[in-house]
Amino acid sequence: VWDKSENGDWHCTASWKTHSGSVWRVTWAHPEFGQVLASCSFDRTAAVWEEIVGESNDKLRGQSHWVKRTTLVDSRTSVTDVKFAPKHMGLMLATCSADGVVRIYEAPDVMNLSQWSLQHEISCKLSCSCISWNPSSSRAHSPMIAVGSDDNSPNILAKVQIYEYNENTRKYAKAEALMTVTDPVHDIAFAPNLGRSFHILAVATKDVRIFTLKPLRKELTSSGGLTKFEIHIVAQFDNHNSQVWRVSWNITGTVLASSGDDGCVRLWKANYMDNWKCTGILKGNGSPVNGSSQQGIFNASLGSANTSLQNSLNGSSASRYFFPPLDSPRAGSRWSSHAQLLPPPPLIEHSCDADTDNLQYPHPRRRCVSRPLNLLPENEGV
Amino acid sequence: KDQDIYIQTLRKLFNESHGIFIGLQRSDEELAGKSRRAQLVQVSKNYRSVIRACMEDMHQAAISTRDPALQSQYSTQVSILSAMELIWNLCEILFVEAAAAGPLLLRLLDWVRLHICDVDNMVREVLSSENPSKHELFWNVVDVFVLQGRMDEARHLLSKEASANPTSVNMYKILDDLMKKMPMPSLGNTQTLTEMELKWQHWHEECQRYLQDGTFASNSHMESICKILLGDEDAILEKKELMTTWYHFLVTRLLYSCPTVKPMELRFYAQSSMDLFLGGESSPEPLDTILMAAFEFEMHQVIKECSIALSNWWFVAHLTDLLDHCKLLQSHNLYFGSNMREFLLLEYASGLFSHHSLWQLGVDYFDHCPEYGRVYLELHIERIPLNTEQKALKVLRICEQRQMHEQVRSICKIMAMKALRNNRLGSALSWSIRAKDAAFATLISDRFLKDYCERGCFSDLDLIDNLGPSMLLSDRLTFLGKYREFHRLYGEKRFSEAARLLLMLMTAHIAPCSFWMTLLTDALPLLEQKEVVFSAEQTYELMRCLEDLTAQKSNKQKFQDEDVETTKVEMLRLALARNLARVIVKEGTLEGS
Repeated sequence: VWDKSENGDWHCTASWKTHSGSVWRVTWAHPEFGQVLASCSFDRTAAVWEEIVGESNDKLRGQSHWVKRTTLVDSRTSVTDVKFAPKHMGLMLATCSADGVVRIYEAPDVMNLSQWSLQHEISCKLSCSCISWNPSSSRAHSPMIAVGSDDNSPNILAKVQIYEYNENTRKYAKAEALMTVTDPVHDIAFAPNLGRSFHILAVATKDVRIFTLKPLRKELTSSGGLTKFEIHIVAQFDNHNSQVWRVSWNITGTVLASSGDDGCVRLWKANYMDNWKCTGILKGNGSPVNGSSQQGIFNASLGSANTSLQNSLNGSSASRYFFPPLDSPRAGSRWSSHAQLLPPPPLIEHSCDADTDNLQYPHPRRRCVSRPLNLLPENEGV
Repeated sequence: KDQDIYIQTLRKLFNESHGIFIGLQRSDEELAGKSRRAQLVQVSKNYRSVIRACMEDMHQAAISTRDPALQSQYSTQVSILSAMELIWNLCEILFVEAAAAGPLLLRLLDWVRLHICDVDNMVREVLSSENPSKHELFWNVVDVFVLQGRMDEARHLLSKEASANPTSVNMYKILDDLMKKMPMPSLGNTQTLTEMELKWQHWHEECQRYLQDGTFASNSHMESICKILLGDEDAILEKKELMTTWYHFLVTRLLYSCPTVKPMELRFYAQSSMDLFLGGESSPEPLDTILMAAFEFEMHQVIKECSIALSNWWFVAHLTDLLDHCKLLQSHNLYFGSNMREFLLLEYASGLFSHHSLWQLGVDYFDHCPEYGRVYLELHIERIPLNTEQKALKVLRICEQRQMHEQVRSICKIMAMKALRNNRLGSALSWSIRAKDAAFATLISDRFLKDYCERGCFSDLDLIDNLGPSMLLSDRLTFLGKYREFHRLYGEKRFSEAARLLLMLMTAHIAPCSFWMTLLTDALPLLEQKEVVFSAEQTYELMRCLEDLTAQKSNKQKFQDEDVETTKVEMLRLALARNLARVIVKEGTLEGS
């Protein structure tokens, strides 16, 4: 576990070996529940961890302590993903396993993290690799979970399934399958919902794909109220030119980040016409790909604390919006002619007053000028 | 330290432009026509003034720093800022002020004079020399003045030349006269366009005559000036280095060939000016494309090009917002008009949220985005790191002002959890009260009571004493408050009140059963007082409570400290019996009253 210090540096404050196999994923619970982590592993277990506030010395030495609150041992195969549900659903988490079973657990007492009960077991028929909860807390949306599969056997089965909670049967049932996704899926992520009626889902497979799922009128079948969706693919990018392993949304669901076997992180953004484009490429060490950031010179020379400021003014690679950036200004170009715009220290005090009329200059037509006052003997002899 | 200046400068820019933005949003939309326009022009000037101030500070930083890398960074920032001001200024003239034919040229002349400063040094040098007319750059400076339409200054310089060169006095007089008489558009209503055009035509013909007569033939400099006055493109183009940019060339051309140019005609002159000036040697740069789009009145294109070239949200967000207030984006029938404004503002404000203090500015921007502003704010505000209580309170205030109840609840819950984990019960309690979280308040009250049982004293007395009406949030909390009040009354020796309260806590079932033993134990000292405190009635009540308690206990599992419990019960029974005896006697005795 890494903590960010006051000056913006990250320090490793805790490190412990506990699983008896590779740890596949870790995820944070919402801070409303305290400092809580969940991990899942090849050793067929998932675990929930809580930070214990130790001696005050520890904080000074930069150490934090984590205790295991519970181990979830129901799975008979490697547990490939673990995700907490949105906080409005209480303290709940879902795991998925290589044998295709998705399990949903709940801790009825949020203050007691050692008591979790298995609420649902969903059999997905295909080996699961990833899950994502729909974060929407709108009453119009039932709890929903997307499951991705990395099943490698040659078939054309849909590798993304959507399960929705049915209020009547009190069970999760399959609502939809994305038939167009037939390659192994490595990651899946619902975007934060901005009050939209439809959902946005990003899929990491052999390329990056973004789908919209628009709920249609609920069908009144005998089981009652299972939503049907209108599915559209709004973006598909193979820029990574290799397997895409992870996808992740920003806070507002307006920027998607993807990582792939090409060792790059790519950022995707939609303009106000809803066209998705790549707005940035980062190499593994965080540096922008050559030519991909005009303001790279700014980002490099100042520390991280200050880049946010200049990013607001000069834009960050994530805000590149329409086209790949242009070359940086050449010396001798008309850009640099403006660098000589301001003469050496002016003789006037330039106040930061927004009211420019208060600045006194002899020439009646000049406004907002910061030039020496004695530039011209204005009215002499004329 | 150098970096501090840089950061401070940018922050000032953001803060001040924020103030202007808010002022604009709140400005009087009721004003119409000229007054509204004047208002909007003033706003535009304010923005430009802020950009210039930032530029100045940045320039100062550039010349005072020793570090060459920083210097180059600051200088680049200055160029970018000055380009922004150049573009904004042009947009102000063409879009916000919407200068009409006549004033349009005057504004453009101002614009050029303001932004072409490459020649300033040269001008200064010549003017300050002992004998300006002998200076090798003398004629360059005169040309500069002519090209920028600064007739008075040009004439003034020429007079020096005339006095130094008696032979050319005649030529000078004629040229001076021509320059003096040159008709210029007026800002006021002193002449109509037609009048001006007529005058100008006559004047133009007069210049033509003098040129053709060979009046200036002996002095190539004066002849070239005369050609310029006649709007001869080649003559003007010869002075390329003095103009440095195609848009200077454009304005000079307009001045001397079409001073009453209409706004919509600008595009043709602009395109040809750029072509002639660049002459196929170099291709247009981003700045050129932006300015061209402005001359073509393609507002959307301007914004788009700025977004690409400047790659910065601050500029396009504020400019687009201003243009939207001028009702320009809508009138162009772009269906995304105000959506674009909101889109850009959302982007800019989102960027601010990544900064530890500028996020507060972002809040106001979101407030003025009617469609998505609120939800963006909700999402961003939950992610602000709440490292200190002050910050949390600040964030809370913002949420409360906007009735963002869920966010208030969530933030309070997070803070309460944090406090609880760090065993700061008082803080946890006040946060859960603020969150109106009854369940959590109950939990924390239980912890308080547990603490009391273990340690025999309360922590955070101030908080509990001053709960006030929030005590009612949860039963347990009410009990905690009242129990503390009991202790206070006891401490103030107000025994009968304390006694009454104690009894009420049990009989009104405010106290949880688990606590009754403690309460009864608390009653002991009251029973042992010299003065009888409990009345007979009350004593019977107490006895009943004790019996209820022991009856319950015998049904439940055995307690660990059974001996202690039994002893306690024995002591209580004894004390109650003794008190009963005393009080019966006391109540039975006839007093003097």
